[in-house]
Amino acid sequence: MGRYFLKRTGAAIITLIAASIIIFGFIHLIPGDPVYVMLGDGATPEQVALLRRRMGLDEPLVVQYLIWVGQALQGDLGQSIFFQTPVTEVIREGAETSILLALITMVWIVAFGVPIGILSAIRQGTWIDQGLSGLAMLMASVPTFWVGLYLILIFAAGLGWFPSSGYPSIFEQGGLANLRYLILPSLALAAPNAALILRLTRASMLDVAREDYVRTARAKGIRPARVVLRHILRNALLAVVSAFGFTFAALISEAVVTETVFALPGIGRTVVQSILRRDYPVIQGVILVTVCLYLVINLLVDLSYRLLDPRVELE
Amino acid sequence: MRQALPPWARSALSRPLTSLGVVFLLTVLVFAAFSPWIAPYPPDQIDPANRLLPAGGAHLMGTDHFGRDTFSRLVYGARLALLIGVGVVGFALASGVPIGILSALYPALGRVLMRMVDVLMSFPSLLLALGLIVILGQGVFNAILAIGLIYLTTTARIVYGVALRLRAEPYVEAARSAGAGTWWIITRHILPNMISPLLVQASFVFAFAQLGAASLDFLGLGAPPDIPSWGNMLAESRIYITRASWLLLWPGLMIVLTAFSLNLVGDAIRDRMDPRFREMVGK
Amino acid sequence: MLNVENIVVSLQSGLEIVRGVSLRIAPGEILGLVGESGSGKSMTSLALMGLLPPGIGLSGGTIALDGTDVTRLAPHQRVRRNCGRMAMVFQEPMTSLNPVLRIAEQIEEAVRVHDPGIDPTARARELLDMVRIPDAAHQMRAYPHELSGGMRQRVMIAIALACRPQVLIADEPTTALDVTVQLQVLGLVRDLCDRLAMGVLFITHDLGVVAQLADRVAVMYAGKLVETADVAPLFRGPLHPYTGALMACLPDPESDRPDMATIPGSAPAPGAIPPGCPFSPRCARAAAPCRAGPVPRAQGAPGQTAMCHFPLTERAPA
Repeated sequence: MGRYFLKRTGAAIITLIAASIIIFGFIHLIPGDPVYVMLGDGATPEQVALLRRRMGLDEPLVVQYLIWVGQALQGDLGQSIFFQTPVTEVIREGAETSILLALITMVWIVAFGVPIGILSAIRQGTWIDQGLSGLAMLMASVPTFWVGLYLILIFAAGLGWFPSSGYPSIFEQGGLANLRYLILPSLALAAPNAALILRLTRASMLDVAREDYVRTARAKGIRPARVVLRHILRNALLAVVSAFGFTFAALISEAVVTETVFALPGIGRTVVQSILRRDYPVIQGVILVTVCLYLVINLLVDLSYRLLDPRVELE
Repeated sequence: MRQALPPWARSALSRPLTSLGVVFLLTVLVFAAFSPWIAPYPPDQIDPANRLLPAGGAHLMGTDHFGRDTFSRLVYGARLALLIGVGVVGFALASGVPIGILSALYPALGRVLMRMVDVLMSFPSLLLALGLIVILGQGVFNAILAIGLIYLTTTARIVYGVALRLRAEPYVEAARSAGAGTWWIITRHILPNMISPLLVQASFVFAFAQLGAASLDFLGLGAPPDIPSWGNMLAESRIYITRASWLLLWPGLMIVLTAFSLNLVGDAIRDRMDPRFREMVGK
Repeated sequence: MLNVENIVVSLQSGLEIVRGVSLRIAPGEILGLVGESGSGKSMTSLALMGLLPPGIGLSGGTIALDGTDVTRLAPHQRVRRNCGRMAMVFQEPMTSLNPVLRIAEQIEEAVRVHDPGIDPTARARELLDMVRIPDAAHQMRAYPHELSGGMRQRVMIAIALACRPQVLIADEPTTALDVTVQLQVLGLVRDLCDRLAMGVLFITHDLGVVAQLADRVAVMYAGKLVETADVAPLFRGPLHPYTGALMACLPDPESDRPDMATIPGSAPAPGAIPPGCPFSPRCARAAAPCRAGPVPRAQGAPGQTAMCHFPLTERAPA
């Protein structure tokens, strides 16, 4: 176990180092002098010199990179040009919205994708299965922002059941009731991803149903419902669990669009706005943090997979 | 009676939904090829007197906030959808296939290349695309590159897997030990066996390129606003949706149906090449 | 006790892969069902259990256990208390146990179904002792992948015994095992059969295994039984030329002939079975009557019958 963990962590760290070089290189790949790009052409020489010094742009590239990484390791991702506050502060402000959005979305994905996938597999070949599989493929083909706009049109503008945009923190007035601001966004974000999990669950169930040990279970005289729950489902879900890392990456991507549609004060919308504002340190910081998060979550998924499946040797 | 039909017609009847998808994709193709003849108005003809008209009368699908004809813009939008799809698929295949094959044939090179692919895959795909657009600037061509980069990684992974398996096949081993050159092995043994998986991958990439391009358009970082793309139409209609919900409907449907049809086609190809499926059905 | 009458197993297309097989097994008796792969012997056993794969079904005949007709019952009803009990052991011990459940859980699960009142852990221990698994308490906590093939097959037998079966169906249980382990498992089956007065249907392609183990033998070819007999008379004098040919293929320890005999040609596929006697195209004794029309039943020693025009006990046709 320990050795496997070390090996996996080592690989993740190498990936992270390579990714950090790309993210660092990003600012130097932007055409033109980044300082002028960021400050605009009307910048005074004093402002330019100040920013240049603050970002360490006078040093050789290798030194700049090491300084940047060193600061990042100490939790300093630089200053936002637009807000004039530390990037970590900007990320922290958006974190609550984005994390809660991701969690609620995961709840929908598991609550809809897995049971409906099981139903589809149990009813393989019937019109229920064909209908559900077709619906899943349709949902995977729909842009999240389009679903979002329709949810706003129907449930916010039309029926008035949910607010159409924004999100006040649950730590402010309203408390947990503020979560209702995240219902429509999370549903829009869940739609295509739940569809993918549904398809995966179905395929995995059908694969396992063909295994010899399922026949053994039936030969023991166990009722079909119990064969499905105890013998098929547990093995089938192993494959589904291993897809959660991938699902999470998809969520981060699509959250950028969803937060924009619903005007949520999350990290995703901050990125889009920072691109339009040319606030490069924020873009860099957000990408670095999400890559880290992605690697950590994949590591956790991988380890939990290994804990769930006794066949995998835990050296 | 079914027996009398030619094979293609029989397989079309056995998958009615996929057949409808193919018909829809052909329609998009016709829209793109003959836009000026099909569209009743020029796509950018502004008519302030007839803003936000509902469907009917002189405007089949109504007009937008500039009084432009929605149907005409939809027809011209097919051109960009096709361009994006072909461009992204072309880029993904042209880069992913050589990377995958070379990595499989030369393990030392493969370790480096595949690790780089892993690194790219650790970026959330849309953030990777957005970062590239920041560097390259906004534009149709750059949007193609940005989305293509996302699917370079998945294509290279798939090609790598298939090529590794093929390389271990006895007939390829035999050809190698008989002194066949790398180029010969690639063109004679590896590429021909890769056509089906690549076709499947191409149809899925084409489908998801539509969704990716629409997202970029929606964020205002895709095709420039003067180009009538379906994503731009949605982005522009956003603030009018409560007054003119049809502006949301038609371009969205075009994106959804294009992606859905391509997914159906990809699934159909995959079912055809999956031996297990054939075994189960053929018995 | 188990009485199988004339069962037919067919594909959805109507193609028959088992074409009218009848079997009887008495308590404490081992019936060896012998045949090449594709002869329909595995399908026969799955049909008895009600475990035929999707797309394949029982289309005729009856299966009666202790006078109760179980033909129409689902597998979980078939093995439950009141309607007589059958249990099955499969060929592949590597894949027939659930990889994510401990051995104890998989045995106790069967115990709970059949003996709801009993302490399942104690009963599982008892069952593991019955199949002579050393250090049962420790092995119960193991996962299947931690056991050897022979141990896994013993666990499979323990699971089958949990059903307190009147008839145990074993489908090539030793084929995937090493020779020494194979012998141990065969000895175990014989012993359990005698001790529990349990009928055993032992399916194999190996006539040598049958000679060691079985009381009676049924030889299957192209979906039909071609010969049935007690084991001693059969090996003294087979009636059917196919049985004779199978015996000729057995390695003979007395002779040092290096070449092994083989039967010319190959068994027919279910869709391409010749009219008349299905073995006629490969049979050295076949004559005109063999190639068309019904095949008569020939009698040999008491209890020995074969479907043949010209059994080996008679002179070959000119």
